[in-house]
Amino acid sequence: MSALLEITNVTKTFPGVVANESISVSVSAGEIVALLGENGAGKSTLVKSVFGMVRPDSGEIRIKGELIAPGDTGGAIARGVGMVHQHFQLVPVMTVTENIILGDEPKRGIFINIKAARAEVIALSEKYGLEVDPDALVEDLPVGTQQRIEILKALRKDVDLLILDEPTAVLTPQETDELLQVMKNLAASGVGVLFITHKLREVMAVADRVVVLRNGRVAGSTSPKETDEEGLAQLMVGRNVVLQVEKGEAKPAAPTLEIKALSVNDDRKHLAVDALDLEVRAGEIVGVAGVEGNGQRELVEAICGMRPRLSGEVLVAGAPTPDMHPHGVHAMGVSHIPEDREKHGLVSSYSIEDNLVLNQFDRAPFAQGWIRNVATLEENATRLVEEFDIRTPSIKTTAGALSGGNKQKVVVARELSQDTRVVVAAQPTRGVDVGSIEFIHNQLIAARDGGAAVLLVSAELDEILSLADRVAVMFGGKIVSILDAKEAERGLVGRLMAGLSA
Amino acid sequence: MAGKKFSRTWLTPVVAVLVAFAIGALLIYIQGADPLKAYQSLFSHAFGSWSGIAKTLGKATPLVLSGLAVTIGLRAGLFNIGVQGQLVTGAFAAAWAGYFIHGLPIYIHLPLALIFGITFGAGVGLIAGALKAYRGIHEVITTIMLNSIILALVDYLAGHVFQEPGQILARTPHILPSATIPKIFSLPSGFFFAILLAYGVWWVFQRTTSGFRLETVGRNKSAAWYAGISVKRAVLIAMAVGGGIAGLGGGIESLGVIGRFEPTFNTGLGFDGITIALLGRANPLGVIPGAILIGGMRGAAASMQFDAGVAPEIVDLILALVLFCVTAPFLAKWLKSTEVGAKITSGWGN
Repeated sequence: MSALLEITNVTKTFPGVVANESISVSVSAGEIVALLGENGAGKSTLVKSVFGMVRPDSGEIRIKGELIAPGDTGGAIARGVGMVHQHFQLVPVMTVTENIILGDEPKRGIFINIKAARAEVIALSEKYGLEVDPDALVEDLPVGTQQRIEILKALRKDVDLLILDEPTAVLTPQETDELLQVMKNLAASGVGVLFITHKLREVMAVADRVVVLRNGRVAGSTSPKETDEEGLAQLMVGRNVVLQVEKGEAKPAAPTLEIKALSVNDDRKHLAVDALDLEVRAGEIVGVAGVEGNGQRELVEAICGMRPRLSGEVLVAGAPTPDMHPHGVHAMGVSHIPEDREKHGLVSSYSIEDNLVLNQFDRAPFAQGWIRNVATLEENATRLVEEFDIRTPSIKTTAGALSGGNKQKVVVARELSQDTRVVVAAQPTRGVDVGSIEFIHNQLIAARDGGAAVLLVSAELDEILSLADRVAVMFGGKIVSILDAKEAERGLVGRLMAGLSA
Repeated sequence: MAGKKFSRTWLTPVVAVLVAFAIGALLIYIQGADPLKAYQSLFSHAFGSWSGIAKTLGKATPLVLSGLAVTIGLRAGLFNIGVQGQLVTGAFAAAWAGYFIHGLPIYIHLPLALIFGITFGAGVGLIAGALKAYRGIHEVITTIMLNSIILALVDYLAGHVFQEPGQILARTPHILPSATIPKIFSLPSGFFFAILLAYGVWWVFQRTTSGFRLETVGRNKSAAWYAGISVKRAVLIAMAVGGGIAGLGGGIESLGVIGRFEPTFNTGLGFDGITIALLGRANPLGVIPGAILIGGMRGAAASMQFDAGVAPEIVDLILALVLFCVTAPFLAKWLKSTEVGAKITSGWGN
């Protein structure tokens, strides 16, 4: 059987970097091939070559035996290759239906037949078991659901080969499992799947074959049958990685962060956090586990003063924090690693130096009255770049030029370098490479050991289970159960997350 | 490294000017005149003599200020097209204070008249700023509309309410000597003040917390709000300060050059400010060379007509070409840097 996609000896260099060096990958019909590698290993460059958005220096790409000319942006699509992007390509103000049919709308005369379109979307979502509300506006939906729409959009176009670029980066464990099942179903129906990821568990769960990239080269080709997660991780980073976080016993003291009967609406004005109570004590990490969309995001935003509270209060060391005033909350010693670092955490066109003082630029020692203190800013940046292992050519480099992991380290460095009583970390390692994840985890533990109350919200159950001293399971806007780390076993937490009783 | 960055930053404006002059030369040639002679005349009149330079710098003064007004907006993420209206308002208010208020010594009367110009210019800017901050109306729309309203309004005021007695032209009485800006060595002293102000604005953006606030809002509103910076206040400040500086430019024109308010003067100064700000890459110091170049060309256009037989409108044409050449890459970049633009151009990341 000939391969659907055959990439042979593709090499691509950018000034100063070899992004791909003589890489060969093939995908046959009915096969799931995982392309595994850390951020910056060359996965995206390779896929861009397939779609003609990058011109390889040498090597060839064939689809169903036909050679795709370098830089041919339509060739792959015309031959039945579909792509689900890491970054959404959705129109936020349009409905789910409109987004899915966009570009190929069912028509009646010169008008769009929205009824037929809606029916098609419902049929499509049932066929693949990807549930969506066809009439919801995309901007109101959580990221996980938006990702689902992206996948449906690609699936609608009768593809023979589906390329998924880090599709699970934003999904909950349940959604991830659903997606993995969808991938298996697709493969069973004869579609080839190229699955780009850096998550070992998912590779082990679905891939028929795994191609591991490291620094632009193929570090190894294997299959889940021949190896395990440790083996894959070693191939990926070229060294032994500690998947389990090492931390000492927590020594919790008095409650520092107290959330009392807090209620919050979501963007659609539906109750998302329902009279929630939660305490985080100094010196412990409380992990909030939950399926995305159960109010975690709203909870974090309300704590940090970014979303109006309907009722209830948030106390830090006994003092009430202001509503809808992120800076005021911050000034009370609440450090926040925001979920959307590009939107809230960073100004990408600013230097690392300026980003490191973004929420304290007007305070001593970074400013004396009206004047910014340039020497202190540089000192601060130089120290934090060193201390937090931010990989950058210079402190004057713009934050936007950094990789995802290093961007996040800038945010973490800024938030955790300040005098902090409470740390609220929302999805702190989303889209971050393995090396940086380890570092960020250790920083959160260090903050805990330094006496901070740490609230960790993550869609990665493994992250919660390995970091948290107590696990608070959130469902339907409430904390349904609080477990000690010792009793928080994966299966139990999963059931609680699904709203079942233990 | 600094040198490389410098050359990349300033390559676009320099090329834009050169291309505009090259196309301009072609058009002059088609007219049947000698482009070399025309440009030689233009530049020798603008920069070749002490009196030429004095005239050039005089013309450049309001242009530095209107360029600064646009620049401050751009830094804060606003496109202030209303500099013309703000400048004209300032010109009118300063002229009114200059002729209507009697019996003050120059050291009080002159600053007072300029403060009138600044205040009224700022007020006009503030209207657009408030509409943006509190009602979310785009500043491009409101400033264009305000331009039309103000031009009609000052025309009426200068032609009826505050018209010079016995005059048919729409113009106010002449300002008093106590409100006239003195010249230093035959140079208009307003120019040095404008340079100082440009440096001051540059310093504010470079070194102060206020500058950092405006700039952060310009680059990422969500991050600014999150970091405790009031986006509304930044919009109000940028529009008011920009309007005030434009108003000062108008005031200096009335009190130092024209001697009264006359609606037929001051035309185009605010719009040249847009070209100058973009030529200067939204850098407050970058407006100075652009303002001098454009001021020189404006000042020497009539002499060029006399020497080379080229219509002075060729200068307008060249400036339009400069704007065209300099905005194309700038707009592309701006589009990418704004939130909407990022949504359009995103997709292939990491």
